Amino acid sequence: MTTRRGIYLLGVVVLCAWVLVPIWLIAANALGGQALIAAWPKPLVPTQMSLDTLRVFLAIEGVGRALWISFEVAVLCMVFSVALGLPAGYALARYSFRGANVFRVMILLTRAFPVGILALPLTVGFIRLGLYDTALGVALMHTALALPFAVLVSASLFQAIPRELEEAAWVFGCTRLSAAWRVVLPLAAPGVVATAIFAFVISWNEVFAASVLSARNRTLTAYLLAVLADSPLTYQFAGGLLLIVPSVGFIFLVRRHLFAMWGIASR
Amino acid sequence: MMRGRALPYLLVAPAFVFLAVLFCVPLVQTIALAFQTGTGFGLGNFVQMAEDLNFNDAVVNTFRLVGVAVPLQMLAALGMAVMLGHLRAGRDLVLWIWTIPLGLSDLAAGLVWLALLNDQGYLNTVLFHLGIINGPESWLTYETPMALFAAIVIAEIWRSTAIVMVVLVAGLQLVPKEYAEAASVFGASPWKIFLRVTLPLLKPSIQSALILRTVLAFEAFAVVLAIGGRNFPVLVSEAYTWQHFNQAPAIAAAYAVVVMGISLAATVVYLRVLRTPAAQRA
Repeated sequence: MTTRRGIYLLGVVVLCAWVLVPIWLIAANALGGQALIAAWPKPLVPTQMSLDTLRVFLAIEGVGRALWISFEVAVLCMVFSVALGLPAGYALARYSFRGANVFRVMILLTRAFPVGILALPLTVGFIRLGLYDTALGVALMHTALALPFAVLVSASLFQAIPRELEEAAWVFGCTRLSAAWRVVLPLAAPGVVATAIFAFVISWNEVFAASVLSARNRTLTAYLLAVLADSPLTYQFAGGLLLIVPSVGFIFLVRRHLFAMWGIASR
Repeated sequence: MMRGRALPYLLVAPAFVFLAVLFCVPLVQTIALAFQTGTGFGLGNFVQMAEDLNFNDAVVNTFRLVGVAVPLQMLAALGMAVMLGHLRAGRDLVLWIWTIPLGLSDLAAGLVWLALLNDQGYLNTVLFHLGIINGPESWLTYETPMALFAAIVIAEIWRSTAIVMVVLVAGLQLVPKEYAEAASVFGASPWKIFLRVTLPLLKPSIQSALILRTVLAFEAFAVVLAIGGRNFPVLVSEAYTWQHFNQAPAIAAAYAVVVMGISLAATVVYLRVLRTPAAQRA
């Protein structure tokens, strides 16, 4: 029995290393400077690490800007997903209305398609509307990716909050809106925040639509993809590290909600 | 009363309209664009796509990648879910570490593995210290197709096993413990309980994990470009190339239609093959 446990523990440790070691090594590569990139054989523990490479990388024309645009797009996507997703989720949870199933099918249908690819035909329309090559345009496309998720998760968040609480608030003179705002929303808040963060991460990581819908005002992912072939390895690794750091932090923030969210969204 | 009835529609309308405009319309547009030819509608774009040198490679590579990576991920994720069940102390920490890749883009994953696998990278350093190679060795060029393929598969597995694991663990939480306990009372071994009791009850989660993962795997392209450049064409990287470098949106749309067709077909197959009758749901 103890050997079995030992094997399990060993497996756990190996798998943790499998996730962490590659991240550690790209960080070492990004922070080790040109000398480390050229070094052969590589020291497994880098001798010196500094933020110089990262600083130089950020000073390249376009990088800081791309970072800022990525942030802008992700925040917009987060706001849109929550603003549109919460009311829809609330309606699905609290009302049975004709057509609800049409909407549900539409949400589920988004899962059978690689939605990012749908950015291809949008370029023409976006150019006409002045949305092409803007943060807003990319954010709209990213919202199409994140919104179905936001709707499903918020619907089940609201379902988990007893209807009686709301009804009690009506008795005490709240309108529907103020009851939803003052009673339901605070209870759903942690889940809503997790959903919002996830929308941010979806947008932050998206490459295809961001590349297709922009030319000069690129997100960090689109920028990195565009310069991939002709930038030195140091900068590629620095870019990779910049992409990774916020994501790791965000996953840490939502770790308690991950399983509830994906349990719901994948049912 | 009227207002009460209209309310759910008012709440759903913004999301509905948004998805209609940014999901349904581009879906139809993509299909229309792909079938449009100079004079009317036809298969001209698809013919041109299929005649391109990279097309066959792209199809074969895409299916190889999905066919190898997805089953391996399912096995790894099942193993991880089982291990978590045996963990007492430190479960939260382990869960966080295992789910980190969930937040990474395929571009970031590609760059991470490029750092390990490039000529002067860490893999070669380790191989050098073990005395297997004498100096920097290239693994990621068109001259070493198997090594390149393996590298991309590893990067994909590294990045996206987490999502499968999360869906399976979420599903395991819904499976009542009583079934396994009953089986154990009747003398079933742990392995048999897993195979005959847990796995069948987990089927709905396995199904949704497979759908999610397969659709995303057909979409992966930045990981391929980061590690292999143009040496390993897949369907979506070709769509990107046609759109971006060849300025031929109609051909890109044809690729998109192929990818969407395959994704939809895969989803339908999973829904049919792994169907769970309502009476058997946990």
